[in-house]
Amino acid sequence: MKTECLAMILAGGQGSRLGVLTKRVAKPAVHFGGKYRIIDFPLSNCSNSGIETVGVLTQYKPLELHTYLGTGEAWNLDRKNGGVYILPPYAREKEADWYKGTADAIYQNINFIETYDPDYVLILSGDHIYTMDYSWMLEEHKMNKAEATISVIKVSHKEASRFGIMTTDRNGRITAFEEKPKNPQSTLASMGIYIFNWRLLKRYLEEDYADCLSEHDFGKNIIPKMLADHVRLFSYSFDGYWKDVGTIESLWEANMDLLKETPSFDLGGSWRIYSSHNPLPPHFIGANAKITNSLVSGGAVIDGSIKNSVIFPGVHIGKKARIVNSVIMPYSIIHAGAVVEKAIVAENCEIMNDCHIFSDNGSITVIAEGETITSIGSDNKQVG
Amino acid sequence: MNYVLGLINLHEDNRLIKEITRKRPIATIPFAGRYRLIDFILSSMVNSGIISVGIMLPDKAASILDHLRSGKDWDLARRHEGLFYLLPSNDDDDIRQSELKTFYQNLNIMRRSPQEYILLSGAHTVFNIDFNNVLRFHQNTNADITMLYYRPGRKLHSPCTVIKTKENGLVSDIANCPAAGEDADVSMGTYLMSRKVFLEIVEHSYERGGSDFLLDGIMRMTAHYNIYGCCYDGYVSCINSLYGYYQTSMDLLNPQIWNELFIDNAPIYTRTKDDVPAQYKSRANVHNSLISNGCTIEGLVENSILFRDVRIEKGVKIKNSIIMQGCQLHKNSCLENVICDKNVTISAEKYLKGAESYPLIVEKNTVI
Repeated sequence: MKTECLAMILAGGQGSRLGVLTKRVAKPAVHFGGKYRIIDFPLSNCSNSGIETVGVLTQYKPLELHTYLGTGEAWNLDRKNGGVYILPPYAREKEADWYKGTADAIYQNINFIETYDPDYVLILSGDHIYTMDYSWMLEEHKMNKAEATISVIKVSHKEASRFGIMTTDRNGRITAFEEKPKNPQSTLASMGIYIFNWRLLKRYLEEDYADCLSEHDFGKNIIPKMLADHVRLFSYSFDGYWKDVGTIESLWEANMDLLKETPSFDLGGSWRIYSSHNPLPPHFIGANAKITNSLVSGGAVIDGSIKNSVIFPGVHIGKKARIVNSVIMPYSIIHAGAVVEKAIVAENCEIMNDCHIFSDNGSITVIAEGETITSIGSDNKQVG
Repeated sequence: MNYVLGLINLHEDNRLIKEITRKRPIATIPFAGRYRLIDFILSSMVNSGIISVGIMLPDKAASILDHLRSGKDWDLARRHEGLFYLLPSNDDDDIRQSELKTFYQNLNIMRRSPQEYILLSGAHTVFNIDFNNVLRFHQNTNADITMLYYRPGRKLHSPCTVIKTKENGLVSDIANCPAAGEDADVSMGTYLMSRKVFLEIVEHSYERGGSDFLLDGIMRMTAHYNIYGCCYDGYVSCINSLYGYYQTSMDLLNPQIWNELFIDNAPIYTRTKDDVPAQYKSRANVHNSLISNGCTIEGLVENSILFRDVRIEKGVKIKNSIIMQGCQLHKNSCLENVICDKNVTISAEKYLKGAESYPLIVEKNTVI
């Protein structure tokens, strides 16, 4: 079955910087934004961009992620031709290997990609929050007669040293690429979104596989090599909201970005983000509740007060409990009189009566999944 | 329960609830913030293990088909069995259009069905019931027909069917539209019987000029069959009047009833829409209300139900009201005891008030 453009989502990362939040699940399965998981964003973007063949490369703690993806129905990706494919590493005749890097993960699935005989392959990561129409990027890729296109976003000079930084000529052709430079030459950061001509990429993947010095990584190996070989590499500039939620701080910030009078990232636009979830009724707001600047999802019961917070489905907030600047994930229960400040409470937690969750130094407190907090004044309980 | 066939009859009397059924049958009246009334019977059937459900379509079928589609959201899109539709016949002889006629014309489907029992119900009942208990009752009592009934415990303001039962549950009297007291046993319009009995009743009564399954079928054949009444003591409300709709909606603000219907038992399914979580802005002030996904709230909401995608602007005050999907309430408007049907726009500074016992209805797509 011929497909013009096929997407591969790299969803195998452990996400160790998310600490206890990825104790049991892979990073792309981490909850976000009141009812979503991180992987909903690339999947919905694919679906809305008309890309209906999507491989999801999984490796680290994949059970919950696999269960969540199911047939891909939630993202309208349960297609007769194409649809979602879950691609964990597998054993071959002679050897069995884990995915050793982003490029190796794609290399090990060359067979899968070839069955769709694509002209272009879109490589995405499963840990970014953004909405983007990939079909425009593909158009530009074709117009530029590019062999590879990398999506870039302007970042501040200060942040630039955390990203892969591109330098381009005035046609958008990439002339230099530096991974996490100390003295950045430009402020165009790679968003980890690539479109490659498949024939070319296949050749580079095969060469890279044979190179025992390579780390088998797109940013560190494949892109620099292509640049050195004068491959037609172009940038595609994106100016919407984009956030790498690889750390506790950035995950918390991205959640907070959804709040405010005019949020910096508005989920409510016409570009719908799909997710798979339990059927739950509208949430119930009790007589003494007070909710401002917050997002609240289905099945929640709110009797306390909530300010600047994101409340996931099925959460209970007891009477006189106070939630400020926090993210409360599905089915957690905050009992009467408890106070939660600047915290991420993972799913199925229980904060008992009158407990106080906060931290002295202004950092973010994280309560791991399934924890019960009983002592009053728990300060900075296990940061990841 | 895979030997029970579910049949949902959508030919329902809407004379007392006309305002919100002009373009839809009772079955697709929006209810509880994100549901349609048919979701309750359909989910109960599915959660009880029924995998084959026939929907008897009424004239205004568009909203039903739009809501149910393949039945996927209820897990009824199946390779075999699953959801199917019984269409009203459109032959020349339309003098006798009736529910019995539709059954009669579709008897072949029922004859072919592999299920032993038929569970027949309307779609106007709000409950979350496990029919396994009803089947057990039916088998234990050796009944030919089991009628489900409940004790409303409050005065009903709309017509209902009242039954009397003997101590062992045998039905001794069925009365349609009597003056019912508070302690009356009221039929829920849900019947369990073997397929054989169902076919007999439909054939016998239709061939003798009948049109209504209860009046011309069951009630005329009480001597023929052992009819048992099975009492359901969970929350039940049969919606066939506007006041009943309003009252039942307000019942949901009682956490006990909300929990019983939606949380403590099996889930109620509905068509999924992928709305964003509800957004509360800095001036939001919400008390004792049910709020759905997709809402944006900047004003005051009290004792009310907001459906999906409702926008409440600054200075708006809403009390004791039901605001359906897609409504927009602009600055400083004020609503009390009002039901807004879908996509209503209330422009700035408007004041609307109904009576507590007679809510004001704003029809679909109205701009005030």
